Amino acid sequence: MLAKVLLALSLVPALALALCQPDGQDAYNVRLSIKTALGANAYEWSESEQFLFRATLAFAMRQYTGQETFNVSSVIVCDETPRVSFWFVVTNPSNTATLIPKNTVEAAIRLSRNRINSAFLLSDKTLQFLGIPPTLAPPSQPSLPVWLIVFGVVMGLVTVGILALIISGFIERKKKEKTIEDEDEEEKQERIMENDISCQTLEGKNGVNNGAYTHDEDRLTQL
Amino acid sequence: MKFKLPNPGLDDRIPSHERLEILEKEETDGRPKWDNKTQYMLTCVGFCVGLGNVWRFPYLCQKYGGGAFMIPFLILLVLEGIPLLHLEFAIGQRLRKGSLGVWTAIHPYLGGVGISAMCVSFLVSLYYNTIIAWVMWYFFNSFQDPLPWSQCPLNDNRTEMHQSWTRVAESYVEECDKSSPVDYFWYRTTLNSSTNIDDSGSIQWWLLLCLLCAWTVLYVCCIRGIETTGKAVYVTSTLPFVVLTIFLIRGLTLKGSVDGIIFLFTPNAKLSNPETWLNAGAQVLYSFSLAFGGLISFSSYNSVHNNCEQDAVTISLINGFTSVYAATVIYSIIGFRATERFDDCNDRNILSLTNTFNLPERNITADNYDEFLHKLNLTYPEVIKDLNLETCNLNALLSEGVEGTGLAFIVFTEAITKMPVSPLWAILFFIMLFCLGLSSMFGNIEGVLVPLQDLNVFPKSWPKEALTGITCLGSFLIALIFIQGSGNYWLALFDEFAGSIPLLIIAFCEMVGVVYIYGIDRTYLKQQKGAATGYGCDGKILAGDLKHSRKKAMPMYSGGWKGVMLGCQNRCRDLLRCRGLVDETQRMEGAHLKTPEMYPTELNPDCCLADKLERPHCG
Repeated sequence: MLAKVLLALSLVPALALALCQPDGQDAYNVRLSIKTALGANAYEWSESEQFLFRATLAFAMRQYTGQETFNVSSVIVCDETPRVSFWFVVTNPSNTATLIPKNTVEAAIRLSRNRINSAFLLSDKTLQFLGIPPTLAPPSQPSLPVWLIVFGVVMGLVTVGILALIISGFIERKKKEKTIEDEDEEEKQERIMENDISCQTLEGKNGVNNGAYTHDEDRLTQL
Repeated sequence: MKFKLPNPGLDDRIPSHERLEILEKEETDGRPKWDNKTQYMLTCVGFCVGLGNVWRFPYLCQKYGGGAFMIPFLILLVLEGIPLLHLEFAIGQRLRKGSLGVWTAIHPYLGGVGISAMCVSFLVSLYYNTIIAWVMWYFFNSFQDPLPWSQCPLNDNRTEMHQSWTRVAESYVEECDKSSPVDYFWYRTTLNSSTNIDDSGSIQWWLLLCLLCAWTVLYVCCIRGIETTGKAVYVTSTLPFVVLTIFLIRGLTLKGSVDGIIFLFTPNAKLSNPETWLNAGAQVLYSFSLAFGGLISFSSYNSVHNNCEQDAVTISLINGFTSVYAATVIYSIIGFRATERFDDCNDRNILSLTNTFNLPERNITADNYDEFLHKLNLTYPEVIKDLNLETCNLNALLSEGVEGTGLAFIVFTEAITKMPVSPLWAILFFIMLFCLGLSSMFGNIEGVLVPLQDLNVFPKSWPKEALTGITCLGSFLIALIFIQGSGNYWLALFDEFAGSIPLLIIAFCEMVGVVYIYGIDRTYLKQQKGAATGYGCDGKILAGDLKHSRKKAMPMYSGGWKGVMLGCQNRCRDLLRCRGLVDETQRMEGAHLKTPEMYPTELNPDCCLADKLERPHCG
């Protein structure tokens, strides 16, 4: 009896290992890049961390399926490497010999991706489920593209500037025309010109000798 | 005796020194004037320093061997740039007309030089403003984080799948995935470029708006000619230097920037290569914005006594310095980008190896990468081959010499996305490009508007605002060809053919015209300031109109002399002595006119009426 129990017990991990095969049909490869993500604060990958992973995955399965029968033992891990990468499969809690199909596992992981990442202080890029691409938030589309707003501001300023300059130029021109008209009025009362020299200058003046001539006069002796 | 082609009637067409003095005092010119010297210098510097300093010079510098390119460039700057610049300033200042008027004054047959300068200015301003429109588009898009060219846009089918989750699957647009986000943003989002020039495509409405913006900004700055332009240049000519300095300081703090600068200035010892000299010469010519006619125009608004030789030297030196400075800044950022790419390339290779062989993280670093690769290659050669590892070469990345729009809109924008606080740097960079381009456009528009006015294309009664408006509107409508699908091919076509050979020919004609037709002697002697100096002795005296100016209380000799040729003949001197104009204290060859302060305050009525010049008793 004891021998049978021992045999059964020894077969279980072997059976488990048989279920978890790298490149298996329902298996997923996981790769963690802890040092890249956390640098100096990186933790060592240990059995306990592995336990946490299996627990988180069981949680994800519970969330997705709604069945609270998933346990840490439902998640089987194999082929661990120093890289910190390994393969895992999820067994059906009601029938431990069968595996949960790939699509279901993927859907469950997608749903709780954020929770899984945060459990390990990692992100989509550093905790990779190979075959499940990282998900992205939809970009926030504002009602009006940003560039149109800036364009509107610039065009508004420029248009105001143009209008201001045109109107001020117009006003100045009107003012100048008015002053010219006023000046023309004055000119009519100006002195009479002849040969472009004012008559008053010519009348009643004997003229003043230019300095240029002074030394010429000195040459002639005075009488 | 210097060779000079016969040019009769030259003196009738140009204002004499005396007339210029009088015009200066009277300000009856009717021409606009600079408010101060600073405005003039900033406008000329702005015109000369343009986009070419930023994206053509660094490329040439790097291609022909950095430090070794500087030597031909600086030599040709002094031998080619300064004289041509001096020539344009001098004729503008002396003849006081725009480019068309100046050439028709020198000789009527030379008017074609002015018209071709106007045509070149027009064609260049068409495509140049389109480049400014592109810059504005990038500027408008810089006000968001993350920048739109930093990542590929998501595919449309993201909304179809997985609707039960709040987050959606990643799927990038295929075109973007195959090239890069910056390339995609430039060629697809901005230009929406068609495959060749035959395929016109449609008008890109977003570029239409940007082009409209560019032309209206130009209009508001040029609306009243140099009155408004002179104010605008305080910003547009100084801001680029400020931004360049900010970028230099920022760039020097980035990793790899010094490598870039060292790479730029390391000579490749290609001085003997004639292509180096040709390219240096071409760069000097095009960089100085010669033969556009704009410089002649700007210089004609100066005072007659302005020292244009000093201006030419100053502006040439500023232009050369800016080219070198901009090259340094650009290459510090390019060095940073190349180093980033090199590091990324190495990281990708290391990750490849680590993942494939499931080695612990951080085992392979950049230092021991080569030995690890060698070891692994010995044991698993087929696996290594399948990995398709890239070869990362820093020098190759630095040598990816890009010029023109590729530098500004692809390489530099990519570098900006790698810097922290990217939107700020993007905004600064595109404002700098915008100011550089706009200040050059001022000169181009001047080179178009002034000849149009001289040709009397528009009625004289129309105000200046209307002229500028019509020119800008017409140019905007024609420039619509550059914003259709095939627009950038058209632009390349214009750039290649409108702005190259024609300028060479015009510059050559200018040189020949001034040296042989105007006469290099006059050009040389007229630089002297102060009292007018006599030269040549043809003894012609044309009657002077003595106009009594009621506006000024000045000596009555402020009026219009039609051009008195002083000669060494006695008759000239006597008659002028009669008018009390000869300054007998100056005993040099040739008669000297008194400076206006020395004019007699009263006239000798017998001597001084125009029709009494011939009276013998005036001697």
